[in-house]
Amino acid sequence: MAAATASRSGLRSALPLLAPAYLWLTVAIFLPLSAMVFFSFMTELPLSGKPWAFTLGNYAAFFSQSLYLTLLLASLRLGLEVTLWCVVIGYPAAYVLAKVLKGRSREAIFLLVILPFWSNGLVRIFSWAMVLREGGILDTALNAVLPFKINIDLMYSYPAVIIGLVHSYVPYMVLTCYLTLQAIDDSLIEAGRSLGASRLQVLKRVIIPLSMPGLVAGAALIFVPVVGSFMEPRILGGRTGTFYGTIIEDQFVAVFNWPLGAALSFILLAVVLVILAVASPVLRRAA
Amino acid sequence: MRMPDLTALLTATAVFTSALAFAAKADEVHVLNWKGYGADEPWAVEAFEKATGNKVVNDFFNSEQEMLTKIRTNPGLYDVVMINAAFNDQAMAGKLIQPIDVSKLPNYADISKDKAGSPMLVHDGKVYGVPWVWGLTALAINDKSFDKPPTSIAEMWDAAHKGRVVIRDDAVEAVQFGAIATGQNINDIKDMDAVKTKLTSLMPQIKTFWSSENDWNQMVASNQIDIGTYWSGSADRAKTHFKLPVSLVVPQEGAVAWLDAFSIPVGAKNVAGAEAFINYMIDPKFYVEWVTKVGAPVSANTKAVEALPEDAFNRKVMGDPEVAKRIQFQAPITDAQREAYLALWQQLKVDVK
Repeated sequence: MAAATASRSGLRSALPLLAPAYLWLTVAIFLPLSAMVFFSFMTELPLSGKPWAFTLGNYAAFFSQSLYLTLLLASLRLGLEVTLWCVVIGYPAAYVLAKVLKGRSREAIFLLVILPFWSNGLVRIFSWAMVLREGGILDTALNAVLPFKINIDLMYSYPAVIIGLVHSYVPYMVLTCYLTLQAIDDSLIEAGRSLGASRLQVLKRVIIPLSMPGLVAGAALIFVPVVGSFMEPRILGGRTGTFYGTIIEDQFVAVFNWPLGAALSFILLAVVLVILAVASPVLRRAA
Repeated sequence: MRMPDLTALLTATAVFTSALAFAAKADEVHVLNWKGYGADEPWAVEAFEKATGNKVVNDFFNSEQEMLTKIRTNPGLYDVVMINAAFNDQAMAGKLIQPIDVSKLPNYADISKDKAGSPMLVHDGKVYGVPWVWGLTALAINDKSFDKPPTSIAEMWDAAHKGRVVIRDDAVEAVQFGAIATGQNINDIKDMDAVKTKLTSLMPQIKTFWSSENDWNQMVASNQIDIGTYWSGSADRAKTHFKLPVSLVVPQEGAVAWLDAFSIPVGAKNVAGAEAFINYMIDPKFYVEWVTKVGAPVSANTKAVEALPEDAFNRKVMGDPEVAKRIQFQAPITDAQREAYLALWQQLKVDVK
């Protein structure tokens, strides 16, 4: 009883601190999002001035045509691949930052990791376009160094999309993993080593399990936006760059069919939530 | 004495600034158009502002749908909007644009009769759009890849150009292009399956789907493409302004023609300014300067085209009666057609992944 009263008064004193954030979330996210939910059940957008009615047709459209499912699966695969590459590239970097480097050099490397955040996303994508194309920076540089002639034209291909997305999202993985890795007490690692565990065993039995929350958080932060991404595939993917995100964009921008676009977005949201819900017990046990 | 002085000064400043602000508001002409499409040329804006005292505020759209959304959701914001004639119907039916008093536009009399009287722009005897320029969606080639310019649309399907062909990421344009390639009327496509088959066989040739002039020019500049669909005005601009090795080809099978026109939205605050701006946009002096400095499509004003040198592309090629016979003007299409075209286009794009 006493505990309950204490927590209630705790909540009351916390309210002024929470209010701005929740007010902002209500106005900026909840209201527009519920408007979109509403639109997704309409035949026409009220803005268009045409008569409208409620319908489930927009959701039915997803199931009536195989192309939406094909693209959704392609986008999920893209999300998994990009997340995997981010782990492969980001985790070792985070480890070095947290456990190997100290002082000045850590600050400098850390800055390099965060640097991409300071530039506009579109600028980053277009600079990749210059690097990846035939006769571009990568092609020219490699041909200048190598004794034999090779032809590198990665632009407008699936690998180009992966490269662009991994570049954009790898800092998230580095940051989340860095935080959990840094919190691991060095004496735990030393204890493992002094008890005869090899470096690999320490990594497997101590470091990875203890940093799992960071890995999971990073993976979720990356997977969700990548599945819905449309800018990178459109610019870098060429004729292979059609994904679930790009057809949602088409519905909003090219044909002004917001109801269908909204319905497709919520189907994506539902699928992602189901994936995270299914994955979370597994991941929690692993952590 | 000091305090009242200060108050007086502050009041005077406040009154003065608000008067200024008000004056600026009343004289602003808000223009909605594609970016880099004549109306936002700095020299043109400056000349217009100097001549009329109106201040031009440009805003841009990336698709016709976005343009319609912008005028729909911001009533009273825009004074002039550039609308493709095929969308004029839809804008008028949605009560987004108002009739224009053409007697206020001295240059209107010089607009070619077939364009001024187009049923797409004139409804019940009232003018809802002033024809500005027209052009083609035809083919453009990278001069470096051809000894002799091709004459047939079939060049797009030539295996020699595999992976070096581009087409615009636009469902309507793609389907109409397919209609021309299969010898059909773009406004009355009877055999949709033939269009689909034809486009399906084109997809493996494609390098990428372009969406802006910049995409196209970049790819030619870095010698990544041989041939692709392109707009006539843009091809001219790529050649004259950016000095790129680009030539327009109007294939013997034909090309899609479009007409762009200026309209005044319902609730425009500065109708007089809008009329002055539209009149300036169809003026021969502006047009000649636009063509010379930047490169442009063909003016709807016959006097403006006549003011160009005899061998100018827009006079010689585009004014050629042989070309006129081959081209087909885009007519309005319904929302249902548009969605069907998009579904077809998306299916094609998914199948080629």
